[in-house]
Amino acid sequence: MSETKKFMYINRHAPHGTVYAHEGLEVVLIGAAFEQDVCMAFIGDGVFQLKQDQDTSEAGMKNFSPAYRALGDYEVNKLYVERESLQERGLSEADLMPLTWEDEDDDWAEKPSIRVVSRAEMSDLLEEQDVILNF
Amino acid sequence: MLHTVNKSPFESSSLRTCLALARAGSDILLIEDGVYGGLAGSAHSTMVEDALKSMKVYALGPDLKARGLAEDRLIPGVQVVGYDGFVDLASANDKVQSWL
Amino acid sequence: MKFSVMVNEGPYTHQASDTAYQFTRAALAAGHEVFRVFFYHDGVNNGTRMTTPPQDDRNIVDRWSELASEHELDLVVCVAAAQRRGIVDADEAKRNGKDGDNIAPGFRISGLGQLIEAGIQSDRLLVFGD
Repeated sequence: MSETKKFMYINRHAPHGTVYAHEGLEVVLIGAAFEQDVCMAFIGDGVFQLKQDQDTSEAGMKNFSPAYRALGDYEVNKLYVERESLQERGLSEADLMPLTWEDEDDDWAEKPSIRVVSRAEMSDLLEEQDVILNF
Repeated sequence: MLHTVNKSPFESSSLRTCLALARAGSDILLIEDGVYGGLAGSAHSTMVEDALKSMKVYALGPDLKARGLAEDRLIPGVQVVGYDGFVDLASANDKVQSWL
Repeated sequence: MKFSVMVNEGPYTHQASDTAYQFTRAALAAGHEVFRVFFYHDGVNNGTRMTTPPQDDRNIVDRWSELASEHELDLVVCVAAAQRRGIVDADEAKRNGKDGDNIAPGFRISGLGQLIEAGIQSDRLLVFGD
């Protein structure tokens, strides 16, 4: 397949309460093999997916949050988080997992994957996409 | 770009989020419980009335009928389409975003 | 125009599968191509032939099967989501040591790559869910 499309995975659900975040992440990881131009967007309660220190041991559920750290290795390194959604929930970027990727074109420099963007910027990003999947 | 909303605005923030992120010139289609967002004289009508100034808002006819809502209960400017109209909107726009 | 459709909720609890079906039917009636319908999350429950709704209700699973046979529709159930929820075909049953299968006619079980491929190959991908 020679055609490259811009894929955006929009995440609007918090983790654990429903399966959407967990199974959505599985789609992103599998989809990475297709070498498309991929990004993720975290809007509304979706920002809770990136909260640091998730520990599901007492709830008896699978903790899939470490898998977000693997995204950089799969070249999924554009994770757009809506600033207004963070603020509405009393969160800041410091509450989020420090996700990074290594830039092959810049001597494998470690760079942050999370980019906090305004609602207006998120709106522009939506318009740029070819395919949008929602989780 | 076509945006679909399938949640009642009384239960979910999906419609609010959609309208905050949709650009002028977008098409908004209310389906399933989303059609309640098209009701005139509701606590959320103003949000849709404002959107109508820069976007087109549609409601899915079969979902209105299923919920006992006649077209005259809709905010003026909200257009009713069938599933064929849904297909046409999805074709006419370059992509579809479902605000689930 | 080439469409693909993703169904993320099971039958009966949520309207998503009904809307997806009506959309797919309308797209086909208008002369469009439907490249694939992909079932994910609880949407995989649309693919069990064990469904037995009351006589006076629609049979959501049969409806999909019939549409598939009429239009050679490709109905794909995600294998990972299906395994979690007990939707199995004969191969999967054998592989996982289960005593039976329940996949409905016209559905096939395959990987998530089928969804990404649908996104790449189709002009439009529509998601129906909760």
